Amino acid sequence: MVKVSEKKKSVKKSSEEEEEEVRYGEEEEEDGELRGEGDEEEGDEEEEEDERKRQKLLDAIGSLGGRRKRRKRSQAERSEAAALMSEFTVNAEGGGDKVQLSDLIGTADRVPAKTRKQLENLQRVRKSIQSPLSRRESDRIQRDVAFQKAASEVSRWKEVIRQNQRAEQLVFPLHQDPPGPGPGPVERLVSGWRARTPLEEEVFALLSANKQPIHDPVLTPREEASVRAMSLEEAKVRRAELQKARALQSYYEARARRERKIKSKKYHRVQNKAKRKEFLKKFEEMVEADPAGALEELHRMEVARMKERMSLKHQNSGKWAKSKAIMAKYDEGARRAMQQQLEVNKELTQKVVTSLNEEEEEEEEEVLPGFVNDAERGVDSSNPWMRGKLSEERKEAEEEEEEVMETVDLTVEEEEEEEEEEVKETEEEVLLREFDSRRKLRQAEEERAASDREEEEEEEEERAASDREEEEEEEEKAASDREEEELSEFTTLFRGISDAEKVATDSAAPLQEGLIRIRTLEDVDLLSQEAPDDEAPPLPPPPPLPQPSAAVNPPPPATEKTGKPKKRKRGIELKQVLTKDTKAIKVPLAPTVEDGEEDGEEDGEEDEEQRGLIREAFAGDDVVSDFLKDKRKQEDSGKPAVVDLTLPGWGEWGGTGLKPSRGKRRRFRVKAAPPPPRKDQHLPSVIISEKRNSAISGHQVNSLPFPFANPAQFESAVRTPLGRTWNTERTVKKVVKPRVVTRMGAIIEPMQREELMKDRKRAGGKTTLDSLTKKH
Amino acid sequence: MKVKVLSRNPDDYVRETKLDIQRVPRNYDPTLHPFEVSREYTRALNATKLDRVFAKPFLASLDGHRDGVNCMAKHTTSLSTLLSGSCDGEVRVWNLSKRECGRTLQAHEGFVRGMVVRFCGTSFFTVGDDKTIKQWKMETPGYGEEEEPLNTILGKTVFTGLDHHRKDAVFATCGQQVDIWDEQRSSPIRSFTWGVDSFSSVSFNPVETELLASCASDRSIVLYDMRESAPLKKVIMTMRSNTLCWNPMEAYYFTSSNEDYNLYTYDMRYLDRPITVHMDHVSAVLDVDYSPTGKEFVSASFDKTVRIFPKDGGHSREVYHTKRMQHVICVKWSADNKYILSGSDEMNIRLWKANASEKLGVLAPRERESRNYSQKLKEKFQHHPQIRRITHHRHLPKNVYHQSKELRIMKEARRRKERNVRKHSKPGTVPVVSEKAKHVVTVVK
Repeated sequence: MVKVSEKKKSVKKSSEEEEEEVRYGEEEEEDGELRGEGDEEEGDEEEEEDERKRQKLLDAIGSLGGRRKRRKRSQAERSEAAALMSEFTVNAEGGGDKVQLSDLIGTADRVPAKTRKQLENLQRVRKSIQSPLSRRESDRIQRDVAFQKAASEVSRWKEVIRQNQRAEQLVFPLHQDPPGPGPGPVERLVSGWRARTPLEEEVFALLSANKQPIHDPVLTPREEASVRAMSLEEAKVRRAELQKARALQSYYEARARRERKIKSKKYHRVQNKAKRKEFLKKFEEMVEADPAGALEELHRMEVARMKERMSLKHQNSGKWAKSKAIMAKYDEGARRAMQQQLEVNKELTQKVVTSLNEEEEEEEEEVLPGFVNDAERGVDSSNPWMRGKLSEERKEAEEEEEEVMETVDLTVEEEEEEEEEEVKETEEEVLLREFDSRRKLRQAEEERAASDREEEEEEEEERAASDREEEEEEEEKAASDREEEELSEFTTLFRGISDAEKVATDSAAPLQEGLIRIRTLEDVDLLSQEAPDDEAPPLPPPPPLPQPSAAVNPPPPATEKTGKPKKRKRGIELKQVLTKDTKAIKVPLAPTVEDGEEDGEEDGEEDEEQRGLIREAFAGDDVVSDFLKDKRKQEDSGKPAVVDLTLPGWGEWGGTGLKPSRGKRRRFRVKAAPPPPRKDQHLPSVIISEKRNSAISGHQVNSLPFPFANPAQFESAVRTPLGRTWNTERTVKKVVKPRVVTRMGAIIEPMQREELMKDRKRAGGKTTLDSLTKKH
Repeated sequence: MKVKVLSRNPDDYVRETKLDIQRVPRNYDPTLHPFEVSREYTRALNATKLDRVFAKPFLASLDGHRDGVNCMAKHTTSLSTLLSGSCDGEVRVWNLSKRECGRTLQAHEGFVRGMVVRFCGTSFFTVGDDKTIKQWKMETPGYGEEEEPLNTILGKTVFTGLDHHRKDAVFATCGQQVDIWDEQRSSPIRSFTWGVDSFSSVSFNPVETELLASCASDRSIVLYDMRESAPLKKVIMTMRSNTLCWNPMEAYYFTSSNEDYNLYTYDMRYLDRPITVHMDHVSAVLDVDYSPTGKEFVSASFDKTVRIFPKDGGHSREVYHTKRMQHVICVKWSADNKYILSGSDEMNIRLWKANASEKLGVLAPRERESRNYSQKLKEKFQHHPQIRRITHHRHLPKNVYHQSKELRIMKEARRRKERNVRKHSKPGTVPVVSEKAKHVVTVVK
C-alpha cells in the first residue's frame, strides 16, 4: 500500500510540474492577447489618425502575431523569414521586443483620461488567469460537488429515520388512505359526475336558479358573500346586536314565565280581555289600512275556530269538567263554571254563516278523529302504522270487547274513558307523525351522502372513543404509574440500544444451525435438555450462591464479599441474577387455627384435647431435634475435613499395634482454612444450602446480556411481569404492543416525500411555539 | 341461630353482554404473586417451543419455467401478481393467490436479464441478452391477438440490469455503461461511465427517487444522481457485489450482496466503511431484497439457501431451504410484508412465509393478543439459555452445515494467526483492522 501511494505521489508530482509549465506558457500567451486586445481598441479609436501612426501600430500588431506563431508552433522556428514576415507583408523590425502599452498610447493624443487610467490599471495588474484544470481533475471536482449535494439532500431524512427507529409502534402502510371517498360531497371527488336523469337535471336547474347550495354543508352564495364581506368591525357590531337581542329574548322569556305562573284567574281574564280588545282594535285598523292583511287575519281566525270545533276543549270533557259535573248537582258555583265554559265554547265555535247540517257535522266531528283530514303520506302508504290510527281502532275495539266481557255497568264512566283514550290517541298520533317525519328526514339525508356520513360517524365515534380512552388513561395513569415506572425504564433502555451505533443485538446472534430437524414438542424438549452442555462455554463454575429463598435471608455481610477472589466479582454472578429477584414475600397467611373468642373455655378444653391427640399420634417423632440433626449434618459436610498425611514407619518404627507419635501426627496433619460463615449461622430454624443446583443452572443466564449495564438492571427487567395475571388490562395492552403492525393485504409503499414535509411542519410548529413562548 | 352462607353478588362476576371482556376479580398486589417470574418463564419457554413446532415457512412452489429463473419482478399495484423471467427468454406472469401461471410470453432470445414493472402497474419492461429493451402490456392479449411488445429498443450492447423510476417515465439500464432512458425516446437521455466496462445491476432509490446505484465488475459500487452528468462516488471492495437494494424506509441506506459470502449495508454518505457486515451464507450471495417495512431483508445465495437478516444484525434470523431447491438466483419480499418469493436454478419459484411460524389468515382479537403477549415474553426472556437455544435452532442441509463449520474454523485460524503475529511483532506495527474496514479497498471520489 505504501509503495503504491508513493508511486502515485511521484506520478502526481510529475503531472503537476507539467501543468505548471503549461501554465507559464499560457500566461505569456494571454498577456499578449490582452495587450493585443487593448491595441485593437486603440486602433479603432485612431482610425482617423494619420498614416504614420497607423503604420506603427500595424507593425506592432504584426510583431505580436509573429511572436504568437512562434510560440504556438515550434516548427516555425526553423525558418527565420516567417518570423520576420508579418501577414501584412511588412517587416517586423523590432520583432523580438515586447510592445509596451506606453508605446501604443504615447502617440495617441486624444485618448480620454478615463480610458488611459483604465489601461494603466490593466497594465499594473500582473495577475494571470489560471489555466483550466485537466479533464480528470475537473470531473473529479464536479463529482465531489454533486456528491455533497446529494448527501445533504439525503440527510434531510435523518430526523424521520430516527423517529421511526425510536417509535414504540409503527403501523404500515405509513400513509393510510381512508377506504371510501374522503370528506366533502361525492360530486367533488367524482369529476365526471353530471346530472343525467331529467329529474336530476330539473332539480339542479331549480337549485342553481335559486342560488341554493347544491351540496350539503355548503353555504348559499349570498351567505358566502356575506361571510366574505363582513369585516372585523362589522362582525363586532353584529355580535353586539346579537348579544342585545339574546338578552332581550331571555328577559321576555323570564317575564312570560313569571306571568304564566300567576294563578289568579281574574288576572288572566282581564289580561285576555285586554288582549282581545287590542286585537279587535288592530283588526279594525287593519281593515282600513291593509285589507288584504285583514282578510288573512280573518282567515286565520276562521281556522282557529275550526280547530276549536275539532278539539275537545271547552266541551266539559276534561278532568276538571268531570269533577265539576259531579259537583254540579250540589254546588251552584260549579254549575256556573260549567255553564261558562260551554259559553266559551259556543263563542269560540260560532260561525257567522250557519250551515244547514251543522248538528250532523258536529256529531260526526265528535266521532271522527282528527287524523281523517290529514293528507296521506305517499311514501309509507303501504304501512298501516303510518296511516293514522286504523290499527289503533282495532285495539280500541278489542278493548271494548274485553270491557263488554267484563260487563261493567258504569256506562257513563265508560264513555268518559273512551274520551280519555281519544286524547291519548291524539298524543300518540303526534308522536307517530313526528317519528315519521324524522325517518323521512333521515332517509333523505342518507340518500344524499350515505357513505360519507357513515364514515364520518365512524370516525367521530372512533375519535370519541379514543378521546374517552385517553381520558380514562389519564385517570388511570396515576394508578398504573407505579407499575409502568419499571417498565418504562427498560423501554427507554431498549430504545437507547436501537439508537446506539452498536448493532450487536441479541436477535442478531448466530443461529444454532444443526442437522437436527425439529418436528414435535418432544424434539424441542430434547433440544432444551441438551442445551446446557451445548451452550455452556468453558466458563469457570459460578461461585456457590444462595438458593432462591424468602426474605428471611439477611444480606450477605460485606466482609464476605471482599474476601472472595476478584475474578469472581467481575463475572456476573449467575445465580444472583435470578435468585435475588425473588422478592420479599409477606404473605398474609390465614390463621390456620382460630382462637375461640366466645366460648373460650370450651374451646380451650377442646384445644387441649386436640393437642393431646396430636401428641399421642406423633409420639415417636421429634421433629425439632431431627431438624437440628439435619442441620448439624449439613454444617459438618460443609466443613473442610482435616487431611492427615502422616505415614507410619517413616522416622520411627512401624508395624501392627504401633501408632505414629503425637508430634509427628501434629506435624503432618493439615488443617484447611475454615469455610466462610454459613448464612444460617444465626437462624436456628432454617437451613440454607449454598450449593449449586444443577437442575436450575441450566435455566439461568451466564453473563450479562448486551443492552444492560449492570445486573441490577437486568434483574428488574426480568422481574417486571407482563401478563394480565399481574397487570391491569390497560397496562398489558400497552406493554404487549408489537413494534411493527401491518395491515393485511395492504401494499406498503416506500417512504414518500410527504413524510418529510410532515416532519418539517411538526418541527416548524415546534420552533414557532418555542419562539412564541420565548417572546412571552 | 346465625347461619353463615356463602353469598355472592352476580354483578361482580357476570358480564352485562357477551361482548364485554370477562370480569376477573383479581388482586394485583405483587406480594400475593411470588412466582410471577417463574410462571412467565414457563410461558415463554412454551411459546418458544410452539413457535418452533409451528414453523412451517414453505407455502408453495410455482413450476412452469423450462429453464432456471433468472429474474423476478413484483407488481406495483397488485399483491397477487408476480412476473418471472427465465434463462431461455421466457417471461411468465403468475397469480399467487391461485398459484398458477396466467400468461407466458417469449420475450427475448437468450436470458431475460432484468425485469421491472412500471410504477402505474399497466406495463412492464424486460431486457435480455439479445440487446433489446422491450415494454409489454400488463394485460393478457385478447383472443387472436399476438403477444407483441408495446415498444422495443435495440441497444448497442447487452443489457444486464434494469430499474424504473418510481414516479417519472424514466428508467435505467446497465450493461457496458449505466443509461438513463426516457420512455418516449429510443436513445438514452444520459449515460454514465467511469472507467468500468460492465455493470451487473442498477437500482433506483425508492425514497430519493433521483438517486441510483449500480454494481460494477471492477468490484465497485457506484452512486449516481440522475440529474447530474457525472457519477457521484464509488467504493471498491475486495470482491464483486452482485446486486444492491435500497432500504425503502430509510433513504440513505442500501445493502449489497457480495461474492465473498457476505452482505454489506452502507450509508451512502459514508462509503468508506459499511454500517454492518451480514455474515452467514457459505457461498456467493446473488440477490437481496428489502422488506417493505425496511426492518429486514432477504438474501438469496448460491449455497441453495435463502436467509432473512435484520437490517442492523450481523447474522441471519432465519434460513430457508428445501431439498430440491438449487442455487437461488433471485428473491423478492412481497409488498405486504408477509411473503418471500425465491426463484432458483431448478426452474421453480417458491413462496415462503416471511415469518415462519405466523398463522396465515385473519386472527381473532384474543388470538392476536395472546400472540403479542407470547412475542413479548420471548423477547423478555431471550437471554435465557434454554429459550435462546430453542429459538436459534435451525436445521441445515448437510453440506451447508459442514461448509459453515469449515468456514468458522478457517476464520478462527486466521484470527489466531493474526493475534500471534501481533503478539510477536513490535507493538503498533500490526494494527487491529475491524471486520467492517477489512472489505473496503478504497473510495474513489
